Amino acid sequence: MSDPTAPPLAVASILDTLDPFCGPAGILHLIPESSLLSCGATGWGDEIANGFFITLCLSVGTLPVGLVLGFFIALGKLSESRALNLSANIYTTIFRGLPELLTIFMIYFGLQIGLRQLLLALGFEEAIEINAFVAGLIALSLVFSAFASEVLASAFQAIPKGQYEGGAALGLRGGIVMRKIIVPQLLRIALPGLGNLWMNLLKDTALISVIGLSDILRQTGVAARVTKEPFFFFGIACILYLFLAMLSSIGTNWLENRYKQVER
Amino acid sequence: MAHVIDELIPPAPPPPDVAKRWNAASISGYLFLALWFLAAVALAAWLIGGWSNERVALYGPKYLSGLLTTIELVATCIVLGAIISIPVAFGRMSNNPVFSTLAYAYVYFFRGTPLIAQLFLIYYGFGSFRDQLDAVGLWVIFRDAWNCAVFAFSLNTAAYQAEILRGAIQSVPRGQFEGAASLGLGRVITMRKVIMPQAMIVALRPYGNEIILMIKASAIVSIVTVFDLMGETRRAYSRTFDFQTYIWAAIFYLLIVEALRNIWVVLENRLTRHLKR
Repeated sequence: MSDPTAPPLAVASILDTLDPFCGPAGILHLIPESSLLSCGATGWGDEIANGFFITLCLSVGTLPVGLVLGFFIALGKLSESRALNLSANIYTTIFRGLPELLTIFMIYFGLQIGLRQLLLALGFEEAIEINAFVAGLIALSLVFSAFASEVLASAFQAIPKGQYEGGAALGLRGGIVMRKIIVPQLLRIALPGLGNLWMNLLKDTALISVIGLSDILRQTGVAARVTKEPFFFFGIACILYLFLAMLSSIGTNWLENRYKQVER
Repeated sequence: MAHVIDELIPPAPPPPDVAKRWNAASISGYLFLALWFLAAVALAAWLIGGWSNERVALYGPKYLSGLLTTIELVATCIVLGAIISIPVAFGRMSNNPVFSTLAYAYVYFFRGTPLIAQLFLIYYGFGSFRDQLDAVGLWVIFRDAWNCAVFAFSLNTAAYQAEILRGAIQSVPRGQFEGAASLGLGRVITMRKVIMPQAMIVALRPYGNEIILMIKASAIVSIVTVFDLMGETRRAYSRTFDFQTYIWAAIFYLLIVEALRNIWVVLENRLTRHLKR
C-alpha cells in the first residue's frame, strides 16, 4: 500500500541519502545496532528522527505565516485609524491571553465542527478529520503573529519619521518605501525579539503532540510506552529540543552580527 | 538689486491638511471592527441560546474548582520558583566557574526545552527510578500528578525568574554597590537595603509577565490528569461534545490574564510614582 502523501521516489531517495540520522552517513549508525535508538525495526531512532523533522517542518512552516500576519497587525496597531488600532488590539489581547494549549484545542475542534456544519449545509454528510499539522500550523501562527505584532510595532516606532519622508522626497511610492527602506531596518531592529519568539515557537510545537501530531514528543512518548523506558526517551526528547534551541541561538547570533555590519 | 522675478509670493502658512474621512485605513478599520462586533454578537447569541441551567448546575462548580486549582498551582509554583531562583541567580553572577557553569546549565536546560517535555520527563520518566525512589521514600511524592506538576513548574519558573532577578540586580549601577561599601555596610545589608529596592522596580514588569506565562502554561497539567480549569474543560467536553465548554474556558482565562495585567499596571504606577517627573 503506498502512502499518497509520500514524495516521489527520486526525491525520497535523495532525502534518504541526506538524512542526518538514519541516512548512509547518519549519526545513528555510530551506535550499536541492537540499542533502543538504532534505525530500523528494532530501534526507535528512525521514528524519533521522523518526529524531529515534523517538529522542524511545523515551526519553519509557521514562521512566515506568523510573521506576515504579525506585520499587518503591527501596521494596524500603528495606523491613524482608531478603529483599526482597536481591532488589532483585540486580536493581540485574545491570542496573547489564551493558553496556547487552549488555542490549539479550540482551532482543532472548532475547525472540525465548523467545517462539518458547512459541509452539512452544502449537503455532504461525510465526517471529516482535520489534519493535526494544519490545525497546529494555524493555531501557532495565530499565537506567533499576536506576539510578533508587538515586537514589530515597537520596532516600527524606533524608525524615525525622516525615513518615510526621505523616501517620499525621492518620489518613491508608499509600497516601495515600505519594502526597500522601512522593512530592512525594521527586521534589524526586531531581530532579537523575533529570535526569542522563534525559540518560544519551537517549544510550543511540542504542544501539538497533544492533538496527535507525530512530532518529537509524541514519537518519544510512544517509544517510552512500548519500551517502558520513559526517562531515557523523554530525556532524548529534551536533548533534541535543546539541540534545536542551540542551533537557533547560533542562527540568530549569526543574523544579528550580519546585520550589525550594515549599521556601521 | 535685481531679482529674477519681480514679485515673490507673500509668505503664507501651509494649506491645512485635507482630512480624508474615508481612506483605506479607516475603511478596513471599520470593517474589521464590524467583524469583531459580529463575532462577539454571534458568540453571545450562541452562548445564550445554548444555555442550559442543568448543565450550568452540573459543570459550573467544576469550572470554579478548576479555576481554584489553576490559581493554587500557579501561586505555589511562583513562590517555590522565587525561592529556588535566588541561589540560581547568585550562581549565575558568581565568579566561581563551577557555580556559574552549573547555574548556566540549569537555566539553559529549563529555558531551552518545552515545559511539557519537562513535565513528561518528571511525571512519566521518574517511574523508571521507582525502586530507587521507593528506597528513599520519595516515590509517594512523585507518584502523584499534582506533586510532579508543582515540581516541574517550580523548577521551570525558577530558571526564568533567576534570569529576571539577575538582570534586575545587574541593572543597578556599580556606584550603588561602591557607595554602600564606602558607607561601611555589609554585603547582606547592601543587598537588602540598597540594591534590592532598586532592582525590584526593574524586575516588577518581567515578574508580572512571568506570572501570566505561568497561568497560560499551567493548562498543560490537564494532560497529566490534574483537573485544573483546562482539565475540567476537557472533561466537560469529552462528556457533552459541546464546543461551548472551550469558549467558557477561554473567557475565564482571558478574564484572569487581563485582570492580572491591569493589576500590574496599577501596581507599577503606584510603585514608580517617585520616578515620575
